[in-house]
Amino acid sequence: MNDSSPATPRLILSGITKRYPTILANDHVDLRVEVGEIHALMGENGAGKSTLMKIVYGVTRPDAGRIEWNGAEVVIHSPAEARRLGIGMVFQHFALFETLTVAENISLALDERIAPAALAPRIRAVAERYGLPVDPARLVHSMSVGERQRVEIVRCLLQSPKLLIMDEPTSVLTPQAVLQLFETLRRLAAEGMSILYISHKLEEIRTLCDTATVLRAGRVSGTARPREETNASLARLMVGSDLDDAPLEPHPAGEVRLEVRGFSMKARDPFGTALRDIDLTVRAGEIVGIAGVSGNGQRELLAALSGEALGQHEGSISLGGRRVESLGAAARRDLGLGFVPEERLGRGAVPAMSLAQNALLTGAHAGMVRLGLVQSGAARASARATIAEFKVKCGSELSAAERLSGGNLQKFIVGREIRLAPKVLLVAQPTWGVDVGAAQMIHQALIALRNAGTAVLVISEELDELFAICDRIAVLTAGRLSKPEPRASLTVEKIGLLMTGATQEPTQSQAHA
Amino acid sequence: MRIASPLIASAAMLVTGFLIFAFLGKDPLSALYMFFIQPLDSLYGVGELVLKATPLALCALGLAVGFSANIWNIGAEGQLTLGAICGGGVALFWSGELGRLALPVILLAGVAGGAAWAAIPAVLRTRFNTSEILVSLMLVYIAQLLLAYLLHGAWRDPEGFNFPQSKAFDDAVILPLLMDGQRANISFLFMLALASLSWIFSRRSFAGYRMIVAGQAPDAAAYAGFSQRRNVWLAFLVSGGAAGLAGVCEVVGPIGRLQADISPGYGFAAIIVAFVGRLHPIGIVLAALLMSLLYLGGESVQLGLQLPAAVTGLFQGLLLFYLLAADLFIGFRLRRTPAAIKVPA
Repeated sequence: MNDSSPATPRLILSGITKRYPTILANDHVDLRVEVGEIHALMGENGAGKSTLMKIVYGVTRPDAGRIEWNGAEVVIHSPAEARRLGIGMVFQHFALFETLTVAENISLALDERIAPAALAPRIRAVAERYGLPVDPARLVHSMSVGERQRVEIVRCLLQSPKLLIMDEPTSVLTPQAVLQLFETLRRLAAEGMSILYISHKLEEIRTLCDTATVLRAGRVSGTARPREETNASLARLMVGSDLDDAPLEPHPAGEVRLEVRGFSMKARDPFGTALRDIDLTVRAGEIVGIAGVSGNGQRELLAALSGEALGQHEGSISLGGRRVESLGAAARRDLGLGFVPEERLGRGAVPAMSLAQNALLTGAHAGMVRLGLVQSGAARASARATIAEFKVKCGSELSAAERLSGGNLQKFIVGREIRLAPKVLLVAQPTWGVDVGAAQMIHQALIALRNAGTAVLVISEELDELFAICDRIAVLTAGRLSKPEPRASLTVEKIGLLMTGATQEPTQSQAHA
Repeated sequence: MRIASPLIASAAMLVTGFLIFAFLGKDPLSALYMFFIQPLDSLYGVGELVLKATPLALCALGLAVGFSANIWNIGAEGQLTLGAICGGGVALFWSGELGRLALPVILLAGVAGGAAWAAIPAVLRTRFNTSEILVSLMLVYIAQLLLAYLLHGAWRDPEGFNFPQSKAFDDAVILPLLMDGQRANISFLFMLALASLSWIFSRRSFAGYRMIVAGQAPDAAAYAGFSQRRNVWLAFLVSGGAAGLAGVCEVVGPIGRLQADISPGYGFAAIIVAFVGRLHPIGIVLAALLMSLLYLGGESVQLGLQLPAAVTGLFQGLLLFYLLAADLFIGFRLRRTPAAIKVPA
């Protein structure tokens, strides 16, 4: 702990305990954040990071423990009270109204009532001061995820917080945008703002943070000065055991399983990205990665490949040599296509349904439906097998999908698709918001699938991930796909250039169209 | 809480009814007795309860299939009317030739008529993406005018003193009663059979699962490749067929002929029944009995206390209103905000 700081610590949590019916989410957690410090909160999914932050932000009350704010003990009853104290939070999932402008959104979110027009100059001032370009008059639906994050940060900064909580902020940003964000955060810290930075990206934490508190299974498993640690030592604190790097053994690729030729398609959504002249081949036994910042056509490409989006198009898509561009999602599944979508709740799984019922979602041909009747025994057995194989933390196969943490649900969905033994597997953001242990498990499962001869296509915003598991990598920018190149011939810088340098940010140009 | 909400709504309806009767200057307790107890104090009364609950439940069971997938058939009243026209037509013109097969053919004609009428909004929705709510609702009025057209013209009873009604059907094609001394007939058994089928459909069948997924998470249904077109067709054919069966059972049941008014709004009241019953087969049967009691009670206080016929609709409306309110307040909390936002010039 940093006891040398002369000032009163900004925030001290001592002995915070929070029990939920089935689990002890926080068990006597101590945390100390100094003035002007960037403090990392690390931990696997389900380690209790979110619960702890909800307690600090006044969303839930602890069962036991003390919170000291600037040296005085406080009880925080609500987020509004937390904001009054000077605690701001940027959530991982933004709560913005897409049909309203930036200024209108911020006006709605502020505790004081200020008209959007009166707010605009203040937004511009804050945006300029911290290097966060945001136009108050722009409609949110026309903005990329990175730009939306800026709106959320500006919203927090308008209330001049003393402590800013950021929940996995970089998962949606380009490498260059991450650098820019870090610049902003460092400037804020230099002015005396404390920052609680929740992340599982070890590299980032080592670059940015002064101190780290690591949670494991609800308890503090250690504190560290990340700059003096290695990735391996930090990961050990988080997971409790050494992680073996999953090396990607060279593996001969087999026949072509997925082939896209000159495929173009207009976006269904007026603010989507049109796909332009996509060429792509994925062979049996290889993993091809598609890099790029979301909003560049990832959603559209996946929908076109999965069969969810059918419509006017040029060019062709073939699965195992068969033309499928006019076939629906169910027909493509029948041809051996598996798909793990980016949104887990609501798309990859039905939130209120049990895991067994969710196994049925894509398992109709795996013996779970006979004569039109659901074989609930088979569905439950399949869900149980997935849970066991992928170590999904849940009550049982009868737990509702919405009760699982993001990482555990992702493990379940990936496991469910892999169990169907697909010939081609599409995976979108396989480890988005997933902790190191689960991410590694998912990576190993994908590599095992590749070694077993499946063609795997991974779309991810995380370059580290693509470099870890892909044989070839392409970049999607403004609806155009670069030529996939072998991993060995690529560097992060080169991909970063392809992402941003090839064309300007697509959403910018649309907004002015 | 899903089960609590209809109970809360029923209690709130009773309290409001109590206040309304008191306000009208009637003794509220005896009025409520007359409304809710008196109709059931005889075998005949219980028979009437079952008689009216049957078409309500038939329509509601069909509607619930689509409602669970966010497919809104609002036109069960029209499909009921078409069921009555088609079944009644067979009964009028072919009951002699068909002999013993007459009744089954009549019932099937009713189901087919209702399903065919429901197919119109289904085609328009799946082909042209029209709103099935508007189309199915407007088709109700067309169906009723079609019935009136037939009864004022070709199908009018020549010896009926120009009343808009057909000849009475043959006794051979009238549905057998459940027991003597009351009017409920074996359509009640059809309803129970449909309730069981509906339970199997929603709990065990993959088609039912697909509809529930489509209702709860449309993106997950698209991801899994479940066709919403197929859901729309299934929902409309089932709900139309069930409403058609309700209609034909009315005309070859208690009415015994085709006439201009064959339903006191069963098809619309069934929407309330489906929601009060939480789209669950058992709930729907219970809710249909309650709704039927509202009809009987309404008639009872009309006769006993000279209250207007609107009192039935009033109680139905109260029930739905309180149900929606109870659902809202169970799901959300009301909060006062300090001041309004100033709208910029």
